[in-house]
Amino acid sequence: MINSSFYGGIHPEDSKTSTDTKEILNLLPPKKAIIPLLQHIGAICKPVVNIGDIVKVGQKIGNAHAFISAPVHATISGKVVDICPMPHPLGRKVLSIIIESDETDTWAIKETKREWKTLNPERIKHIIREAGVVGLGGAAFPTHVKLNPPENKKINTYILNGAECEPFLTADHRLMLEYAKQVVTGLKILMKATGVKKGIIGIEQNKPDALKKIADEINKESDANIDIIALKVKYPQGAEKQLIKTLLKREVPSGGLPMDVGVIVSNVGTSFAVYESVVERKPLVERIVTVIGKGIMNPQNLRVRIGTPFSSLIETCGEVKEEIGKIIMGGPMMGIAQYTTDVPVIKGTSGILVQTKDEVCDKPEECCIRCGNCASVCPMKILPNVITSSIKNDQLEHAKEYGLLDCIECGACTYVCPAHIPIVHYIKYGKTRLKK
Amino acid sequence: MYTLSISPHIHSSLSVKNIMLDVIIALVPALGMGIYFFGTQALYPIVISVLTAVITELIISKIRGLKTISNGSAIVTGLLLAMIIPPGVPLWLPAVGSACAVILGKEVFGGLGRNIFNPALIGRAILMASWPTFMTTWLEPKLSFFEGIDTITSATPLAIVKLNLSQELPSYWNLFIGNTGGCIGETSAIAILLGAIFLFIRKRISWHIPVSYIGCVALLSWIFGHNGLFTGDALFSVLSGGLILGAFFMATDYVTTPITPKGKIIFGLGAGIIVVLIRLKGGYPEGVCYSILLMNAVTPLIDRWKWTIPKKFGEINA
Repeated sequence: MINSSFYGGIHPEDSKTSTDTKEILNLLPPKKAIIPLLQHIGAICKPVVNIGDIVKVGQKIGNAHAFISAPVHATISGKVVDICPMPHPLGRKVLSIIIESDETDTWAIKETKREWKTLNPERIKHIIREAGVVGLGGAAFPTHVKLNPPENKKINTYILNGAECEPFLTADHRLMLEYAKQVVTGLKILMKATGVKKGIIGIEQNKPDALKKIADEINKESDANIDIIALKVKYPQGAEKQLIKTLLKREVPSGGLPMDVGVIVSNVGTSFAVYESVVERKPLVERIVTVIGKGIMNPQNLRVRIGTPFSSLIETCGEVKEEIGKIIMGGPMMGIAQYTTDVPVIKGTSGILVQTKDEVCDKPEECCIRCGNCASVCPMKILPNVITSSIKNDQLEHAKEYGLLDCIECGACTYVCPAHIPIVHYIKYGKTRLKK
Repeated sequence: MYTLSISPHIHSSLSVKNIMLDVIIALVPALGMGIYFFGTQALYPIVISVLTAVITELIISKIRGLKTISNGSAIVTGLLLAMIIPPGVPLWLPAVGSACAVILGKEVFGGLGRNIFNPALIGRAILMASWPTFMTTWLEPKLSFFEGIDTITSATPLAIVKLNLSQELPSYWNLFIGNTGGCIGETSAIAILLGAIFLFIRKRISWHIPVSYIGCVALLSWIFGHNGLFTGDALFSVLSGGLILGAFFMATDYVTTPITPKGKIIFGLGAGIIVVLIRLKGGYPEGVCYSILLMNAVTPLIDRWKWTIPKKFGEINA
């Protein structure tokens, strides 16, 4: 258990009990998969198949040409029936490849396992890139880019993020419990790929079973220089910069990246995906999604193929009779509200949260009473109220001076605002305006 | 149709309304002591003041076409104004003061959150300037709730000092419990502190302003005593007059005081200096009201002062 922490933060009810003891269930591959060519931060992929082509599971169907990008793969076997813009969970429409299943679930990969210890770092990084692995915590930043820092950035610590501080989500928790060996091996592979000698796995202490499971796994091999640390339960403990601060007391400089303080951080789900790609030869075609919320009859952790529409997951878990208010991809603090359940699960879909109508917070925005709650919970130690009023008055430079671009949009300020000001909304708007 | 909005999708139960409710609860002990010591002479002004504030706010929000006036801030303004006027005043006085507090102290600026000055103190300042006699006629605390009208006039402890009156000064204990002349809600330090502790526990106020404000007054009063340097009675200066009430309930008003911890301390120190200046050199025996109003005026400046802004996460020292 570590006593250090970061400034600010909040303690929303974690609401994880309806799924944290439920084993991961495999959802059957969908009849039709919608695979967006952009599921990551970076450049969109170019399709490498044509309408009418027959594809197998794991076959590359979208190629990444830019460095910051990641290829996409067929997640079901069958026929490409269309390549067209489709609704995307991040909003707007994105060019997507639509595959109709032949229901045989034929894979395009070899069955034999790969011995990762004999692979050299360059080869590992190549495999990870080709497998389309991106950060599975939600941001979906291409993993191979993180593994290739510029020459002048010396990395000395690799952190695996198992905090899962978002309320409701339990996908990472279950993954650590059921696939502890794979997660730890994934970290070892990542450490080998980057030549980093020190590994740390941070897990919030509300998951004692996962902490024990992972610790047992680490202890099996004494040669690995990996520490496991129990973190205080506080949101946003899993935010990259706050996690580094907690574990290493290092502050990522304003505008900088973890590599500026010699650290790479990956989610435990990413580590698992790395294991699967390197050892099992499986590209990233499926992931674990927590389907939960008051609007769900039977909440579950589901392992689903990427490209499965949200509606299939919600159907599987059952919708309650009450009127549904919000469908959210991700957790309640940083998730994205959806306008349709036709959108597909993408690489960054950690959960689907379904709120009933009466849960939706729609209190009218009042005038800021300058109580300062937002500043006292802000983990980036900025003044959200000043930034918000600057944005409202179109003083973007002033907002920037007060830390507009430092905001990580964790939502803690908005959660505690007594005047119900949608601060994150204004901040996102301000950032967009500033870019123009 | 699903609701679309930017994250977060959950909210703590905190609202302006329940903050106001906490303040009202915190004021109950001091109000109770006022009524205990001054009876109906305190009760009626309190009732009139609150009623006027609420009615005024209702009328104005009707005129402005606002729907959200249910946050309770008018009740707080009404209560606070009643606490800083003397007991036994004619009942039109709290009515006028309360209406002025709501209209001129708050609504003319655009309502709660946009006002520059503490509304209740604006109300008091107007009454003080317009009807100084009423505002400086004090009653002797008589535990007179059931005894009908009581008209023995008294002087406040600070006035006794200021004007060199022959009257005996109250003991520290009487100052502490509030058995002395003064405004309805300002005399009982213990009752005010009880309310303040409640606000601290609920994390509604921080220590910065009350501590720096009261500390500054205590220190300066001790240094600049009547009988030469370092002879002042710090405890007397703190307990007499409206300092305790002002420090915990007026100078901690969110809207009109700085946001950052450093800014709050500057506010407290500044207000402390002004109080002592007025008490020692000014025409009035008391200076809490004006000290806070003056510091309210410079609050936007304090907030703009770069030095008061906390260092951001990852900010590199230039």
